[in-house]
Amino acid sequence: MIVRLLGVSALVAAAAVFPAVAGAYPVKLLQEILIWGVFAMSLDLLLGYAGMVSFGHSAFFGIGGYVAALALKQSPHLLSALVLPALAAALAALVIGFFSIRVSGVYFIMLTLAFSQMFYAYAFQVAWLGAEDGIIGVPRPRLLGLDLASATVFHLYLVALIGLAALVLWRVVRSPFGHVLRGIQENEGRMEAVGYPVNRYKLLAFVIAGIVAGVAGSLYTQFVGSITPDAFFWTTSGEALLMVIIGGTGTLWGAVLGAAAFILLQSLVSSYTERWMLILGLTFVLFVLFAPGGIVGALSGRVGRRA
Amino acid sequence: MSFVPDFFGQALNGLSYGVLLFLLSVGLTLIFGMLDVVNLAHGSFYMLGAYAGLAMIAVTGNYWLAMLVAPLAVGGIGALLERACLRPLYGRSPLDQVLLTFGFIYLFEDLVKWIWGGRIRSIPPPEAFSGSVQFLGATVPSYRLFVIVFGLVMAVALWLLIERTRLGAIIRAGVFDAEMTAGVGVNIDLVFTGVFAFGAALGGLSGVIAGPIQSASPPMGAGILIPALIVVVVGGLGSLKGSLVGSLIIGQAETFGKAWLPGASMVIIYVVMALVVLLRPQGLFGRALK
Repeated sequence: MIVRLLGVSALVAAAAVFPAVAGAYPVKLLQEILIWGVFAMSLDLLLGYAGMVSFGHSAFFGIGGYVAALALKQSPHLLSALVLPALAAALAALVIGFFSIRVSGVYFIMLTLAFSQMFYAYAFQVAWLGAEDGIIGVPRPRLLGLDLASATVFHLYLVALIGLAALVLWRVVRSPFGHVLRGIQENEGRMEAVGYPVNRYKLLAFVIAGIVAGVAGSLYTQFVGSITPDAFFWTTSGEALLMVIIGGTGTLWGAVLGAAAFILLQSLVSSYTERWMLILGLTFVLFVLFAPGGIVGALSGRVGRRA
Repeated sequence: MSFVPDFFGQALNGLSYGVLLFLLSVGLTLIFGMLDVVNLAHGSFYMLGAYAGLAMIAVTGNYWLAMLVAPLAVGGIGALLERACLRPLYGRSPLDQVLLTFGFIYLFEDLVKWIWGGRIRSIPPPEAFSGSVQFLGATVPSYRLFVIVFGLVMAVALWLLIERTRLGAIIRAGVFDAEMTAGVGVNIDLVFTGVFAFGAALGGLSGVIAGPIQSASPPMGAGILIPALIVVVVGGLGSLKGSLVGSLIIGQAETFGKAWLPGASMVIIYVVMALVVLLRPQGLFGRALK
């Protein structure tokens, strides 16, 4: 426990001082990995703990991103950068979750997919969200008198927030609530019979995951300085799912590992050849076929994610 | 009053789009019904069909030959995919199959980009249908009328195949209970591959037919997949009738949405789907959920 805590602290510290030893491009890659890592972790809460295969997680990423973009353009404060995006994502997750958890399996996949595409279609079409161009020129917020336009300050802010989000998720899965979620994944009927209000638990998990995804989306907007409807597109959800699968489900840190593998692969392969999508697709196919436990599973010698 | 011609023009556009969706979604729904696989790569079959058609037309200059050969090629790719990659996953979580086919979307899209480049290509309609006709005061490209008639003929042919032949009986039995069907002596492995290949071929066929209407580009597969999935959910998973009715509903909803509610047109089909799932989770013609 102590060892693990020290290890995690060391990792966070290493991420924080990374810009001191690395150039601008590796720092950008690390920031991208952290943002996608948090997004993938929030999905792992649903996928790896509650057994809910959401194919519409991009909805919350996009909502966080768009609300942050709109709000930051009005006033570049913390409220706009974090509070409003998180609230909006929570509200959306409450509504989408309320409808989606009534069905399960393939229907859950399809319904969450459809909801996220609905947002995509809307954002793609309406002028006040910039239609297909999205919202550009989003300023970064000012925080406690610090200007996040500075690269160093922004990096520390990112590392701190993402560390915090990871801590929250970690606490959630370790809590009694997290254990109930695992129980639901193992055997939903039994949990119901034992007397747990299963749907309420699933809805809460959906909302928590939605909030974290919304924060990730907001951080993404601040990172890039813009947001486009592609954030909502269903392949965004698919990519997050792949990150979780590549890394290994039900571990949280596997999701970060998966995000790192995904983004490094993408940047590495695309610097050698234009064919990165092909390599990416091939990697996924091979992972699904031969390493269903993901990187974490392969490392711990565990073969097969599910019996 | 231009309302009547407008209305008919839109209705015919919606019908030709619905018919395309039908050819695409019928494969999707059969594959799901029988193999329990949500084939996300089904849109890729549509795209592969369009490009295979493009290649055939480039070589032979004959659209009709392309319409015949492209589906066969795509069906072959489908058979390979099922045998080599999906087969080892039966019995694993359905998520694995969803993700596998998701990986193939990237693979196919980039492969096509590699071979044909990323720009949009148009497929000329066959000469016999390159003009347009007057229909109740509306000017309609005659190719669209051909697509509608062809699609409806295909619907009838598929219905006859599935409801009136021995092979159809085996497929229906497989959709209902694959294990039991194997138990009475049917080579279910072969039927699985056959159904997957057949569905892929229909997807390829819809791609060739869509070419002259929507033109071909590598991302077209990922784009059409969602409407096709919506059709399947609205109509009911595994139901041929549902696939037809769902396609016609979604085709009209999208087309009339574009004309009458331009601000919200893309959202309409999702609203239709959400309503159906809430009121009738198994879809209009699906079997009750277990």
